[in-house]
Amino acid sequence: MSTRQFGRPIKRNEDPRLLTGRALFTDDVQLAGMLHVAFLRSDLAHARIRSIDVEGASRSPGVVAVYTAADLGEFWQPGPLLVPPPPVEKLAFHERTQVPLAKDKVRHAGEAVAMVVAESRYIAEDALDDIFVDYEPLDAVTGLEAALREDAPLVHEDLGHNVSARVTQTKGSWTQAESEADLVVRRRFLYDRGTAAALENRGIVASWDEKSQRLTIWDTTQAPIAIRNGLAAMLGLSEHQVRVIAPFIGGGFGPKIMMFYPEEVLLAWAALQLGRPLKWIEDREENFYATTQERGQVHDAAIALKSDGTILGVKDQFLHDAGAYAPYGLTLPISSQCTLLGPYVVPSYHSEFSSVFTNKPIVTPYRGAGRQHGVFVMERLLDIAAKELDIDLVEIRRRNFIPPDRFPYSNEIIFQDFTPLVYDSGNYEPALERALELISYREFIGTEQPRREEAGERVGIAVVNYIEGTGIGPYEGAKVTVEASGKVTVATGVGTQGQGHYTSFAQVVAEQIGVEVSDVHVVTGDTDLFYWGAGTFASRGAVVAGNAMHAAAAKVRAKILKLAGEKLEAAAEDLELLEGRVQVKGVPQTSISLGRLAAEANPMRGSVQPGTEPGLEATEYFGPERGATASGVHAMILKVDPETFLLEIEKYVVVHDCGTVINPLILDGQIQGGVAQGIGNAFYEQLHFDDNGALLNASLMDYLLPTASDVPNILSDHFVTPSPLNPLGVKGAGEAGAIPVGALFAQALDNAFRDIGLEVREIPLSPNRLFELVSEIPARETA
Amino acid sequence: MKPAAFEYSAPSTLDEALSLLGDYGGDAKLLAGGQSLVPTMNFRLAQPAALIDLNGIDDLFFIREDGSGLRCGAMTRQRSVERSALVQRVAPLLHEAMPHIAHSQIRNRGTIGGSLAHADPAAELPALAVALDARMYVRSVTDARWVAARDFYVGLFTTAMLPEEMLVEVAFPTLPPGSGWGFDEVARQHGNYALCGAAAVVCLDSGGAVENARLVFLSVGEGPVEAKRAAELLVGERPTQTAIRAAADTAAMHDIDPVGDIHAGPAFRRHLSRVIAERVLSKAIKKATEAGRH
Ligand SMILES: Cc1cc2nc3c(=O)[nH]c(=O)nc-3n(C[C@H](O)[C@H](O)[C@H](O)COP(=O)(O)OP(=O)(O)OC[C@H]3O[C@@H](n4cnc5c(N)ncnc54)[C@H](O)[C@@H]3O)c2cc1C
Repeated sequence: MSTRQFGRPIKRNEDPRLLTGRALFTDDVQLAGMLHVAFLRSDLAHARIRSIDVEGASRSPGVVAVYTAADLGEFWQPGPLLVPPPPVEKLAFHERTQVPLAKDKVRHAGEAVAMVVAESRYIAEDALDDIFVDYEPLDAVTGLEAALREDAPLVHEDLGHNVSARVTQTKGSWTQAESEADLVVRRRFLYDRGTAAALENRGIVASWDEKSQRLTIWDTTQAPIAIRNGLAAMLGLSEHQVRVIAPFIGGGFGPKIMMFYPEEVLLAWAALQLGRPLKWIEDREENFYATTQERGQVHDAAIALKSDGTILGVKDQFLHDAGAYAPYGLTLPISSQCTLLGPYVVPSYHSEFSSVFTNKPIVTPYRGAGRQHGVFVMERLLDIAAKELDIDLVEIRRRNFIPPDRFPYSNEIIFQDFTPLVYDSGNYEPALERALELISYREFIGTEQPRREEAGERVGIAVVNYIEGTGIGPYEGAKVTVEASGKVTVATGVGTQGQGHYTSFAQVVAEQIGVEVSDVHVVTGDTDLFYWGAGTFASRGAVVAGNAMHAAAAKVRAKILKLAGEKLEAAAEDLELLEGRVQVKGVPQTSISLGRLAAEANPMRGSVQPGTEPGLEATEYFGPERGATASGVHAMILKVDPETFLLEIEKYVVVHDCGTVINPLILDGQIQGGVAQGIGNAFYEQLHFDDNGALLNASLMDYLLPTASDVPNILSDHFVTPSPLNPLGVKGAGEAGAIPVGALFAQALDNAFRDIGLEVREIPLSPNRLFELVSEIPARETA
Repeated sequence: MKPAAFEYSAPSTLDEALSLLGDYGGDAKLLAGGQSLVPTMNFRLAQPAALIDLNGIDDLFFIREDGSGLRCGAMTRQRSVERSALVQRVAPLLHEAMPHIAHSQIRNRGTIGGSLAHADPAAELPALAVALDARMYVRSVTDARWVAARDFYVGLFTTAMLPEEMLVEVAFPTLPPGSGWGFDEVARQHGNYALCGAAAVVCLDSGGAVENARLVFLSVGEGPVEAKRAAELLVGERPTQTAIRAAADTAAMHDIDPVGDIHAGPAFRRHLSRVIAERVLSKAIKKATEAGRH
């Protein structure tokens, strides 16, 4: 091949369509006779439903149907547990999953109570006002510690308590670490997160075709195949009768892989009942309640160290907010527990958590997925220990890094894929050095900071590390086909939500087949076009689907060479694939186009050799034996207005290692977007629930997302330690940008306020919170 | 997030609009730029039976100068006010503060009258109107009256207008010679409503002492809040840094009684009020001093 497609910063194939409004999103689907759906959602977070009167609503002109839980009969079932508890000893787990419509009781504000189907969304929303629910309000439980009190209101009464799960994982001996330590630091940390706030809210269109006996669903899901399988089972249809299309999606970030959302189940069901197509588009206000979120953990953590900064052990006890139901089992807290250990050698670890039900919306993974919480705790413990031991905070990290010769390195703690997290490869110190260089660490500390502080400014610097378990199984597949036009199609089951799959996947295939990236047509998210797969989550698209494509494309390449060899009467080794043609190496006159080969591989008359497969096509699957571990360093210089407590990020550096890079431009985009969400998490976004479980800021006016003026340009660099676990050597990169930003803000603020001894132990922050934290510090005696 | 059904009319004259408003007797809402009204309708917090759209009434769009100052028609877009050279010359405080209102896209549509009538305690224009001693021209089918801005704001989202009345124009008197002004605010993000803001107008006498001072806060009370005690402290004084600081302290501690919300607690609002008061008074005094030198 003359030009390598793999690794090039190619602009995204899909952008012209996306940017000119020619891409299909769910709300673009218009079908004849389509009806519109609106949901009545509870204003109360916790209440018994005495009765629901839908009489008035049902009689309104234009209303076609009104459903409550009672109307669903047998179809009313709690959703499936998506991730069963992992094989950890000493584990308690209590399964409670979401229901399609609340029956008897509502457990969080915004839980759906009734569904209205009408000729227009306006009429449907008007009808909501005519439904009368007689609620008996119950005390709500919102705090994590409050949920564990003896007399706490119970989210699920039949359980007798609010514990969703308790898990303890250990290695080594914390007791011993503690007794041998020169220093033990103990602190309480709070880490809260918010809503993913994707640009596109959720949406579903469901259409039952009586004549073909098929149900078609357009759904903003990250997992179309799993949705198809589940809906088919629930509705008593064959999987072949259900087609789920996940068209272009304006951002997923995790909450769109939650299954099954009540709306998903209900629209499919009602489309069959009514025989007319239905549409529901979530509005922004609903998104704050009805789409899952990530939220808080409270950690009581300790680190034991030698006086030279060597870590002996970490102990952590934490509470995790599961919200009202826990369809994702332990995914989030396990991820926090496991990721906490970071790139460091931690000989002993004792970690136990309780996941707690509260009267708040459901918690499921959101970009980073619990890793943030763990990274925050570890990085903060190291910062505080460094200060107490009077060691530079970069140095204390360096001293504890896993050395490059110890990979693969098992941190021994079970990760979300149920196996102990084994870091496949990595090399942390050069990345740290590079970050220090890019942020001008020494110059800043040595000259710039003192000079600016002298002039009355407050500026801080920070450098933090993290690892990210990525690219977990089970598997994905891909089918690569060379068409008679000479163009190539690759189909896979994962959905796509803006990650650039149409380009990066095309690059993987183009590399093998020797065509231009723009000649590879990527088909994702249509269950009629690829049958098998799991979904887009856990930074796994490039790793798992990417390697399946690589394998399928390699197989097609072999078929091409074999057939071309026969046609050109040459040995396969003597051939090359170049610009859509096969030729004898260096002899362009002998070439044959891929299109012609494809046509010849699909003869319409005559006979073929027994055992011949038609076409230039192959399907392959890839399932890694375990996940690949990416790593990175973020560094930042932060300016604080000492009067208003507003922040300005002056410089932001990311040095990242996600193994082999498929497309550096797309990778940078992923990092940039992740950092933006991290900045939101650290300083802007916060879900404010009151004691009754009401969300006080369910609009983008009061839930502040970082905007273009709050997010700096990011200076990034990449190191490559290829993953030995997959042929492409790639690791996931989707979540990396978002993970360490809270820890970075905390360190930078501590640094900016080091004269008064600020110690940030919580995220998110705000100007108001920073003002409070600074005001709480007692004025020091002047020396 | 779809509004409830409503009737809609689009009169082309003021009289027509006033008579419709009178006929609906409080069940109708006037539609100006829609930047506050339409969101509240989409949330169904407001469910007016009818909308009377003012966007077709040409007579309500104007910026003029008369003998005593500046006059703006109620439907003048915020962006037009911001960009008007006349406003810049005759009411420079207004000119300087306009960019703090929301984002340019919203100011393209939002009107001066809509914001003044909406009486959002976090809005800039009501505080500016009070600081500039503006007067509001209010009409109904039967009545027409001028109301001083400080009497116009009577509570949270509430003005002295009756349901059948409409704000037709607003007049900003020219500042007396020797005056200076300042505006500043703190918002969490560009374009957001401010956590706290203030406008100051200070007039110095020929001897350089403060003859008259007005300091008006936004976002710390139920409407624009005039810091009267702070102003009293300053009047008659030489405007030294110490005097300014004392006035800012008084303003923050005694003139306002801020409540907290999710973005800022009362203590932080007081703190910011002091910071902003000091900034805007300093600016105003600097400008007044410069003006006096001519
Ligand atoms: C994202 C966003 C951010 C914003 N940020 C800010 C900000 O930082 N600062 C700020 O001040 N504003 C802000 N606004 C509000 C914006 O400035 C509005 O334009 C303004 O508050 C209302 O003006 P309008 O012309 O849109 O009025 P409308 O929304 O049309 O009307 C508002 C109310 O006033 C009534 N009304 C309108 N005209 C008259 C009249 N002539 N007589 C009597 N009653 C009348 C209406 O009936 C309605 O009740 C923001 C808005 C948005 C959407």
